[in-house]
Amino acid sequence: MTRVDGYGRVDRTRTLRFTFDGVSYTGHPGDTLASALLAHGVRTIARSVKQDRPRGVTAVWSEDPTGLVQVEEPFPEPMLLATTIELVDGLVASSIGGRGRLAEVPDTARYDRRYAHCETLVVGAGPAGLLAARTAARRGDRVVLVDDRPAAGGSLTGTERICGRDALDFVADTLAELRAHPDVRILLRTTAFGHYDDGFVLALERRTDHLAPAPQGLSRQRVWRIRAGHVVVATGAHERPIVVADNDRPGIMLAASARDLLHRYGVLAGRRVVVFTSDDAAYDAAADLAGAGAEVTLLDPRPVRGDSRSGDYRRSRGLVLGTGAGPDGAISHVFTDQGELPCDLLLLSGGWNPTSHLFSHVRGALRYDAELGAFRPGEALAGVTVVGAANGTFDLAGCLAEGRGETPEPLPRTNLVLWRTDGDPARQYVDLQRDSTVADIARATGAGLRSVEHVKRYTTIGTAHDQGKTSGVLASAITAELLGVPIESLGTTTFRPPYTPIAFAALAGRERGQLFDPVRTTALHAWHVARGAVFEDVGQWKRARYYPLPGEAGGTEDMDTAVLRECAAVRRDVGILDGSTLGKIEVRGPDAGAFLDMIYTNLMSSLRPGRVRYGVMCGLDGMVIDDGTVLRLDDEGFLVYTTTGGAAPILDHMEEWLQTEWPHLRVTLTSVTEQWATFPVVGPRSRDVVGALAPHVDVSAAAFPFMTWQDTEVDGVPVRLARISFSGELAWEVSVDGWHAPALWRRLIALGEPYGITPYGTETMHVLRAEKGYPIIGQDTDGTVSPQDLGMSWAVSTKKVDFIGKRSFARAENRNPLRKQLVGLLPLDPTVKLPEGSQIIEQTAELPPPPVPMLGHVTSSYRSAALGRTFALALVKGGHARIGERLTVPVGGDLVPVEVTGSVLVDPEGTRRDG
Amino acid sequence: MAETLTRTGALDGWAARFAELPDSVALLAEPFHTMTSVRGETTLRPNTWVEEDGFDAVWLGPDEVLRTSPFRSAAELGGTDVSAQRTTIRLRGAHARDLLETGCAIDLHPRVFGAGSAAVTLLGQANVILLCLGENDYRILVRSSFAAYLAEWLLDAATEYRG
Repeated sequence: MTRVDGYGRVDRTRTLRFTFDGVSYTGHPGDTLASALLAHGVRTIARSVKQDRPRGVTAVWSEDPTGLVQVEEPFPEPMLLATTIELVDGLVASSIGGRGRLAEVPDTARYDRRYAHCETLVVGAGPAGLLAARTAARRGDRVVLVDDRPAAGGSLTGTERICGRDALDFVADTLAELRAHPDVRILLRTTAFGHYDDGFVLALERRTDHLAPAPQGLSRQRVWRIRAGHVVVATGAHERPIVVADNDRPGIMLAASARDLLHRYGVLAGRRVVVFTSDDAAYDAAADLAGAGAEVTLLDPRPVRGDSRSGDYRRSRGLVLGTGAGPDGAISHVFTDQGELPCDLLLLSGGWNPTSHLFSHVRGALRYDAELGAFRPGEALAGVTVVGAANGTFDLAGCLAEGRGETPEPLPRTNLVLWRTDGDPARQYVDLQRDSTVADIARATGAGLRSVEHVKRYTTIGTAHDQGKTSGVLASAITAELLGVPIESLGTTTFRPPYTPIAFAALAGRERGQLFDPVRTTALHAWHVARGAVFEDVGQWKRARYYPLPGEAGGTEDMDTAVLRECAAVRRDVGILDGSTLGKIEVRGPDAGAFLDMIYTNLMSSLRPGRVRYGVMCGLDGMVIDDGTVLRLDDEGFLVYTTTGGAAPILDHMEEWLQTEWPHLRVTLTSVTEQWATFPVVGPRSRDVVGALAPHVDVSAAAFPFMTWQDTEVDGVPVRLARISFSGELAWEVSVDGWHAPALWRRLIALGEPYGITPYGTETMHVLRAEKGYPIIGQDTDGTVSPQDLGMSWAVSTKKVDFIGKRSFARAENRNPLRKQLVGLLPLDPTVKLPEGSQIIEQTAELPPPPVPMLGHVTSSYRSAALGRTFALALVKGGHARIGERLTVPVGGDLVPVEVTGSVLVDPEGTRRDG
Repeated sequence: MAETLTRTGALDGWAARFAELPDSVALLAEPFHTMTSVRGETTLRPNTWVEEDGFDAVWLGPDEVLRTSPFRSAAELGGTDVSAQRTTIRLRGAHARDLLETGCAIDLHPRVFGAGSAAVTLLGQANVILLCLGENDYRILVRSSFAAYLAEWLLDAATEYRG
């Protein structure tokens, strides 16, 4: 055991059991997996990804490049840092060779999201951050303070004093004061991982992993979406190693990490310690480790200075050039410029890199500080303040002053900027996780790469889980050295979110399973379910696709059988469809008619109250974007029906034109899509059913002609009847407010029973309309189809001065007779149903060698009960002129011969419309 | 006819599941509130609602006000009847704001969104009109087709506050 009495803040009165690589160990609450393993002298915990070299713990928190493990229990997760896994009873983990393994069982944990708003967000609860939070809270700000570690205090070890008190007491008191403010939120174990414009910060809170067993109901992880008026970045600094040969062995770590292990966990990571530093901070580590009983030798290339922290360690001027390993692969000695030194721990410290990621995420420019040998935040950004070590202020007094909002006097620099010592570049590791060395950088620059971004991608330095927290600046510096240019001319690679790896599950949050995407249902949904409907997704809607009946063999009808039955029933008797999803927009105002004349290709202002007209809408390019019927309600009111998918976009389209181009028009638009439920009652017997529903309405063809509407009441409830047909059959669309929709639907079903009323779904609706050649916008069109292509020149006004799309109809290409046009296709074999999307080619008995000229594709394809055969709609080049021709549709390995027909296949004379 | 034309609320059938929630996140479906859309210039302040003579008036835009009332008819309120376009859910209890903050991006702090505030916003992935009635007391107006999704979302969001 390397646990030292009198050190550390773990709870040694309690013991936790865990397993690593099949061996049982113990630890204490407050430990990490890494500290507990090191307490047992386990130094090798991973193998490197490319070279299979043994690796240990290199740094003590999320900047560690090496200590990745696989967690098996409580939940399998790959590639977590042992240094950031809080120890819990029953933890099972294993070492990995650079690559982890995804869980094979579903993650049943809960993940969620929470929004927070504050005047001041402070990232980092070290001394600078705590004071910044306190200052803001005393000012009356709403404050959010986040810190990624389990406890506040940052890099404070407990040996410091603040305001005459023990530093950790000061931390506790400050936290207590902050907690007493009702509008201060303190989030520990929370990593701010992305900073975006306007004070928007994403943070991940780990809520339950440190609790075993995890409490019910709490999410395991939570993504905080924080909107802050002001962001204070108090994220500290990462120590930077000096690159020496074989610097990747277990037992080599950053100086402050060894010191943190001692003070936080009571773990002395080595007994014979060599410290190699060009910076004063590592002297604290040397002194503290010596004080805890280690034999410490400190090597510093700088001349001896009188004011370094003294302690029970040996110091000499010198350089570490390389390391040697024992049989276990861990460090056993170092090679110095003065000879060999035995050791079991080498601490490296070349200075500190401010953790300026969150400043960089919002395009804060970093500037190179030659004295520091580091990049630090440059010109200030509005709404962002960087304080403490993140700002390059490394002394405690300076950090506290910056936290209070003051500007401390900079201390004189005493460090020496040293990136690496002499040695074999192929053994000098820069990015330990990627097994990338100085030789790899030399290969990159030798290949002519000059940008650090290119070198990064060539060498993969900085692309691992740690994103180069300890290696990025070294890579820039060594690239500069090899190119013979100043490092400031190269800069660093770009810091991008996330700061630490974030699980997709956390980002998905609760938006999985049934909450993945909203399911929209009509007022009749429960009826459809009870009737055994099979649903289809139409956008976010669930629409009844067909209603299978019990089959002969005890099962249920398949879709083909059910749809043929439903189609036949509609054309023979009467059917009813839930058409409530159709978009409905009330267009109202003195200029409503003029507005619709601009929106539709045909004339709407001439429509008289009580009448209905079909219309087509185009975009500026003259291509069809939507279609539907329009009811004129009164002098100033129209009710526009859009397609189901068009409900929201067409309202937006109309509002955009109204608000930006025609603000002079006195028109308002109101969505009433869900105010009205609409049920087409369709078929030869529909007159009987509607007549029974509304006995006071004369439903004869003479009194209630096609494309007219009338209001009536059923049991005192207003009901609208409109003679509209999307099938060619005699039909009424019956509309009622959504509250009464289920009852009215049940009434219609009951009234229709004597006439064999059959509820039908969207599939049958599609077949019936296709038999009549009515296109579905978005199925038979794709944004490149004009009304003329659909054979709907009759719906394009030649009289109107202007409307959206008109200009484009005059383009030469729009008049090209070889444009793809909507036609019908009849396979010569009436049993063959062409797959939708099939390509169409010239008639051929043998597939010619590619490229085969494509004439178009099948847009809709069905079996028709009315025709007793299959049929299809298709977009075919010059299709209207090809009617009567034969073409070929390759399907799988077959060549299916088809005949081109007009698009109206059932009742082209329109005799069924009036019953 | 066997039955008269009765009304069905978009959240009929959810009462039992709502009833299982603790008082700290109490949900109540409020069906059959009359709502009308009234167009034209308004003196209402943006993003507020006020109680007027027999109805509540919600600012939805510079020329758009939603009038709501549990007992007046659409004809009495005037404007276009949109009563069935949305349904109403009342959310109140000590954790009402906490719950909303798991899925609503706007600032709901009482200093910012106190009683009388109104917003058209997203809750989860549903477009809603959110009204603040008082501290931890909200009315949520949601499109009827999204009501079941939102109810499921709210029940799931309440998981943390169940005993």
